Amino acid sequence: MSLNLDSKIPSGPLSEKWAKHKFEMKRVNPANKRKFTVIVVGTGLAGASASATLAELGYNVLSFCIQDSARRAHSIAAQGGINAAKNYPNDGDSVKNLFYDTIKGGDYRAREANVYRLAEVSNNIIDQMVAQGVPFAREYGGYLDNRSFGGAQVSRTFYARGQTGQQLLLGAYSGMMKMVSKGKIKQYNRREMMDLVTINGKARGIIVRNLITGELERYAADAVLLCTGGYGNVFYLSTNAQVSNGSAAWRCHKRGAGFANPCFTQIHPTCIPVHGDYQSKLTLMSESLRNDGRVWVPKKEGDTRKPADIPDEERDYYLERVYPSFGNLAPRDVSSRQAKFRCDEGKGVGPTKQAVYLDFRDAIKRDGKEVIAGKYGNLFEMYERITADDPYKTPMMIYPAVHYTMGGLWVDYNLQSTIPGLHVLGEANFSDHGANRLGASALMQGLADGYFVIPYTLSNYLASTPLEKVTTEDNAFKDAEQAVMLQTSKILGIKGKRTVSDFHKALGHIMWDKVGMSRNEEGLKSAINEIRKLREEFWHDVNVPGDTGNFNLELHKATRVADYLELGELMALDALERKESCGGHFREEFQTPDNEARRDDEHFTHAAVWEYTGQNSSPIRHTEELKFENVQLATRSYK
Amino acid sequence: MASTTDTMSLNLKIWRQKDPTVEGKLVDYKVDNVSPDQSFLEMIDVLNDQLVRKGEDPIAFDHDCREGICGMCSMTIDGKAHGGFKNTTTCQVHMRLYKSGDTIVIEPFRAQAFPVIKDLTVDRSAIDKVMAAGGYVTANTGNAPDGNAIPIPKPVADAAMDAAACIGCGACVASCPNGSGMLFMSAKVSQLALLPQGKPEAPRRALNMVYTHDSLGFGNCSVHAECEATCPKGISIEHIARANREYMKAAFSYHEKTHSEGGA
Repeated sequence: MSLNLDSKIPSGPLSEKWAKHKFEMKRVNPANKRKFTVIVVGTGLAGASASATLAELGYNVLSFCIQDSARRAHSIAAQGGINAAKNYPNDGDSVKNLFYDTIKGGDYRAREANVYRLAEVSNNIIDQMVAQGVPFAREYGGYLDNRSFGGAQVSRTFYARGQTGQQLLLGAYSGMMKMVSKGKIKQYNRREMMDLVTINGKARGIIVRNLITGELERYAADAVLLCTGGYGNVFYLSTNAQVSNGSAAWRCHKRGAGFANPCFTQIHPTCIPVHGDYQSKLTLMSESLRNDGRVWVPKKEGDTRKPADIPDEERDYYLERVYPSFGNLAPRDVSSRQAKFRCDEGKGVGPTKQAVYLDFRDAIKRDGKEVIAGKYGNLFEMYERITADDPYKTPMMIYPAVHYTMGGLWVDYNLQSTIPGLHVLGEANFSDHGANRLGASALMQGLADGYFVIPYTLSNYLASTPLEKVTTEDNAFKDAEQAVMLQTSKILGIKGKRTVSDFHKALGHIMWDKVGMSRNEEGLKSAINEIRKLREEFWHDVNVPGDTGNFNLELHKATRVADYLELGELMALDALERKESCGGHFREEFQTPDNEARRDDEHFTHAAVWEYTGQNSSPIRHTEELKFENVQLATRSYK
Repeated sequence: MASTTDTMSLNLKIWRQKDPTVEGKLVDYKVDNVSPDQSFLEMIDVLNDQLVRKGEDPIAFDHDCREGICGMCSMTIDGKAHGGFKNTTTCQVHMRLYKSGDTIVIEPFRAQAFPVIKDLTVDRSAIDKVMAAGGYVTANTGNAPDGNAIPIPKPVADAAMDAAACIGCGACVASCPNGSGMLFMSAKVSQLALLPQGKPEAPRRALNMVYTHDSLGFGNCSVHAECEATCPKGISIEHIARANREYMKAAFSYHEKTHSEGGA
C-alpha cells in the first residue's frame, strides 16, 4: 500500500508560483460548467465561499450542512478578526511579511508555497467581503480599521466588533443564498455525512443521514469538497460547537485519504476555565483582549487574596517578563504553555487553581472605561453572563482550552486529498498552519480556499479528468449505504449500561491529560492503551435508546464518538512518533533549558501522513518532506 | 468565579411532541442538584442524561455553539422566547437567574411559520427563504474593488453593524403576537440599505424580501415591539421603520423589466 504524496507545488520563484499555476491550469468552458455537479459538505467559511463561487461560475452545487441552516456553521463563533497584508496602517506589512509570520508562527511545519499563496490572496478576501456588505470596523475618515494579534508586530487584523466570524460567515452565506435563489445551489440541511463513495478510485458521492427522518440518502457528483472543520471535540470539552465533529474527515480517511499531523492541536490561552462536571463546552475570550489586558498570577504560591488586594510588586506579569518584545501578544501555543507552567507551580488562581488573571485595570486607567467598552463590550458582557463577575471591576480568569486543529486530511497544492476528486478546504485540511496557527488566520484560510483557490484548481481537475457517468444506483453507493446501516444497527443493538456521553467524557479526560498541552512518551503509550480499552468497552457497553428511521439524537452522538475513539488513538500515536517539540505539540523530553519547544529539523521537517490499513492492523506513517527555500529555519523566539 | 455551592431543585414542565403529525403535551420533570453556574441547556443535558439512563427518549432541542452567536438555540421559557432576559440567548441563560423550587415551563418557539419537528425543535427554514429572496449584495467573487475604495462614515458602518448583529434565531417571530418576521427581515434590508455596496439593488431587495416574508406565513408588523424587547442581540425596531421606508420608496418608483434587452 502507499499514498501518493506528490504535493504538486509549481516550479519557479515563490512569489510567481500561484500566478504561473493559474495560467497553466486547464479551464472548463462556460457552457460546459453546467454539465458538472459538485458536492460541498459544510457551510462554514470554506464551504459557503466555495459553494457560492462555484455556483457563480456555473457549476451545479449540492450543499450539505448539519445544522438547520447554513448560517449556523461554527465559523460564526470566531471573534477576533481576519488577517490581510493590506498595510493600510503603513506599519511595514507586506505579503512577504504575512507569509513569514505565518510560517514562523507555525513553527516551520507548513508548506512554503501554500502559505505564500494564502498571504497573496488575503487582500482579495477583504475586498470581496467589503463588496458583499460586511460592516468591518472603520475609522472616522471612513477607512477600514486594523488591530494587532498575537505573533505579529504589525496591525493587520480586520474586525467587526467581537463578531468578525459571524459577519464574514453571514457575508459568505448571503452569497450562497443568492445562488440558491438562482437555482444553482441545492441545499440539504440537517444532514450528516456518513461516508464517501469512490468509484474507480475517484470520489463520486456521499452517503448522508437525514437527521430528522433518520433515513440514509445517496448523492452522486463529479467531485466532492469536504469543508467540515476540525476535530477538537475529540477532547469532549473545547471551544467548538456541540455538533462540530471529525466523522466526515475520519470516514474519508478510512476510504483512503491520508491524515496529516493529527497531533497538531491548538490549545487557546484565553478561555473561561472549567467549573463543573456538567459542563458541555468551553467559551473562548478573544485573543484580541490581549491587546489591552495584562496576564498575571500572584508571585506567591497559594495566594488567596482578592486580585485587587495584591499589589503590583507581588504580581508576576509572566508573559511580559519572559517575552519582553511580544509581551501579552506572544503566540497562542507559547502563552498557553506559560499559563500551564504557572498553574503547575501552584500559582493558579480561582476556586480550581487552574486559571490565571487577564486584567484590564491599567487599560481602563489609561484609556477610560468607554474606550475599552467600545473595543470589547460584548466580550465583557458575555464573560459576566457566564461567570457573574464584572471584568471592568475585577480581572477575568482564563485558562487554555482546545480550540482548533491544525492537522487534518492531507492535500496537495490544489487542495486535493490522496483520493482524486476529494478536495478538502479550511480547517479540515492540514496545509497552512503547520504546528501552530496564528490568531486571525483561520478565517483567512477558509475564505482563501473557498473563494480564490478551489474555483481554479477544481476546474483544472474537472477539465483534465475522464469522469464516467455514475448514478446512485451503482453498487459502490449501495455498498457504502449498507456499511453505514450495519454500523447503525450494531450500535443500536448493544443496549449496554453506559451512555454515549460517559464514553466521550472518558475519552476527553485521557486526551486532555495525556495528549493535551504537554505530552511525554510514557503518557502517550498509556493513552493509546486506555483508548483501545475504552473503544472495546464502547462496542460492548454503550446504551443508545430508540431505533433508526427517526430523529434519534443519541444515535447521532454515538456514531461521532465511535469515530473519536479511533481518531484519538491516531492523535496519540502521531504525537508519540513525532519525537520533537514544535508549535502546539510539546513533548516534555524535547525542550530547551528555559522550557521552550525544541524542534528537531534534521529528522522532523516533514508532515506525517497516516494511511489507514484496516480495523485490525496498524496505520502506516508516511512523510512529505517540507522544503524551505525562502525562509531560514530558526529557533522561534518571541523574547 | 462567583460560584456558590448551593444547588437547586427545579420543577420543569416540558413540551413533548413525537413528530409534527401527533399532538404534543406538557410533561412534568424534576431536576435536582442544579448548580447556579450551570447554563440552562446544561441543566437540560443533565435531565436528558437521566432519561437516557432510564432508556427513555431524550428531549430534542436545537443548540450548537452555546455561546450566543449561532442562533440555533430556541425555546420559549415561561412564555418568553429565550426566557426573556435582556440580550441573552437560551444557551447563555444561567441557572443563577432562578431559585430552588421554581417551576419552569419550556415550550418550542410558537409561530405559524415555524412548525414543530419534535419536542422543542422547530423548522425555521422560512428564515433562509427570506434571505434567498434578496438578503445579499450581488457581488460575484472577483468583482471587488479595493476595500478602501469607498469610504463609509463610521456612524453609518456602526449602524449597519447594529443591524447585521442579527443571529437569525427567530425569537422575534416567536414573541410577536402576529408571528411576524419583520425584525429579522428588516435588519438585513436595513444593513444593506445603509451601506453604499447595498444601494444598487436596495429597491429590488426590499420588494422581494417583503413579498417572500408575507408569503411564508409570517404575520404583519403592528408595532407591538415585543420583538425588540425579546431580541437577544438588541436589534431595534427602527430597522422595521427603515425597511418600510425602503419598501414604500421601491413600490412607488421601482419597475423591473422582465424581458431580455438582447444584444449583438
